[in-house]
Amino acid sequence: MKVLVAVKRVIDYNVKVRVKSDNTDVDLTNIKMAMNPFCEIAVEEAVRLKEKGVATEVVVVSIGPKASQEQIRTALALGADRGIHIETEEQVQSLAAAKLLKAVVEKEQPQLIILGKQSIDTDNNQTGQMLAALCGYGQGTFASEVVVEGDKVNVTREIDGGLLTVALNLPAVVTTDLRLNEPRYASLPNIMKAKKKPLETTTPADLGVDIAPRLSTVKVEAPAQRQAGIKVGSVAELVEKLKNEAKVI
Amino acid sequence: MSVLVIADHDNSVLKPATLNVVAAAQQIGGDIEILVAGEGCGAVGEAAAKVAGVSKVLVADNAAYGHHLAENLSLLVAELGKGYSHILTSAGTTGKDFLPRVAALLDVAQVSDIIKVEGPDTFVRPIYAGNAIATVKSSDSIKVITVRPTGFDPVAAEGGSASVEAVGAAHDAGVSSFVKEELAKSDRPELTSASIVISGGRGMQNGDNFEMLYKVADKLGAAVGASRAAVDAGFVPNDMQVGQTGKIVAPQLYIAVGISGAIQHLAGMSDSKVIVAINKDEEAPIFQVADYGLVADLFEAVPELEKAI
Repeated sequence: MKVLVAVKRVIDYNVKVRVKSDNTDVDLTNIKMAMNPFCEIAVEEAVRLKEKGVATEVVVVSIGPKASQEQIRTALALGADRGIHIETEEQVQSLAAAKLLKAVVEKEQPQLIILGKQSIDTDNNQTGQMLAALCGYGQGTFASEVVVEGDKVNVTREIDGGLLTVALNLPAVVTTDLRLNEPRYASLPNIMKAKKKPLETTTPADLGVDIAPRLSTVKVEAPAQRQAGIKVGSVAELVEKLKNEAKVI
Repeated sequence: MSVLVIADHDNSVLKPATLNVVAAAQQIGGDIEILVAGEGCGAVGEAAAKVAGVSKVLVADNAAYGHHLAENLSLLVAELGKGYSHILTSAGTTGKDFLPRVAALLDVAQVSDIIKVEGPDTFVRPIYAGNAIATVKSSDSIKVITVRPTGFDPVAAEGGSASVEAVGAAHDAGVSSFVKEELAKSDRPELTSASIVISGGRGMQNGDNFEMLYKVADKLGAAVGASRAAVDAGFVPNDMQVGQTGKIVAPQLYIAVGISGAIQHLAGMSDSKVIVAINKDEEAPIFQVADYGLVADLFEAVPELEKAI
């Protein structure tokens, strides 16, 4: 079966972001960018399904500026077969991203679509669910285990109280949690090979999708800074402070 | 304006997060109604009717909603939701699962994890793991929103007298089914609503050493959390994880033991009133946000702490 994986180019997870002085957004100029960590896990899962003989082809798609092709090439180096780049310089919000992905799903007809559960920039945690709704497919969100059995996929999900397993008819949408797998590193020969793998480019207009934002950002601010605390010398002093100064125990 | 709040519950108990969501709804204004969808959830409906400030409770009691499968629940909420200006639920794993589906079915955007209401169409939410705070305005006719419970003080669970109405609609999308559930058992308070949380990180070295934290927690009536490193190492189950990808807590007192304080962990606890860090590494970033820091070996400090309280 064919597996479609969506990946997003975001700020590297180790970078401490700074808010622009005019409070319009965070400052992304000259910042290290990378594949969203949850998307890496999605790519890894798709590649593992291929290695198990469950998946026959892994197609990776990314929506974003020209530079997003770097993240598609990374996915190809990790084992995906070909890429689709939906190129736009505009900001694409979750609903529009889901509509663009739906257009790709209609064209490619994958049996399984894997996305990360959230991107670490907007922290929305929406796109996979919206895509599943638009396609009328079942969804296995926050997956920590994915088992394909015949025409169904069993997904173990991380929920607030523990774990919950659902069975979904294929085709289905899965979003990855951190514990689904440990992504591999791309080797240099694979990075070289990935340069020759096919990468098709399209645009939202080609796909007939209106990506006009529904939400507008009024302002972006730095969070309130915590006051610097004090170091205590002993457990006794700590307990005394918590009891008498902070009055929290 | 009218607001529909989808109750967070386990078919027998109304979860406290619902009270925080109703508080957010009150700040938006208008009539507030609660939908309780589940199976055998009559008691939850009765509890919801007592919540202060609620005018009506809708109870959809059907096997299709028993395990809150997003495919079925979203069809129900999207159908009922057309009659409201706002649809709200808490940003727990259930809300995060089904609500974006509702938004897509209604062809509107969702605003995730709000921490503040600025007006009927303007909301405040953290982005970039809480390192920036965005104020966003929605141009959609129906506002679909998940609420971060720790951002709002809960309304009273008693004192209301809403009418209760049964909803007959039974939607089964027929694409998903429940297989099994493995819930972690604990007598300690729930992590997200506990007033004291004590968390362990990689420095705990193994799962058995968490026993030291449980002892302190039991004396303080605290919940026990963990960093991602502790969960990934298999010390404790994942539902104890505090952080950007785990639970968001804002207790009166947060005690971080053997936790370095990575950006992703701070995203889950930096709104705590008082933060205590116990770490042997003086340079650990956790000390930059801790009100009280103790540079010490946790294997000596934690048992000593247990004795001292």
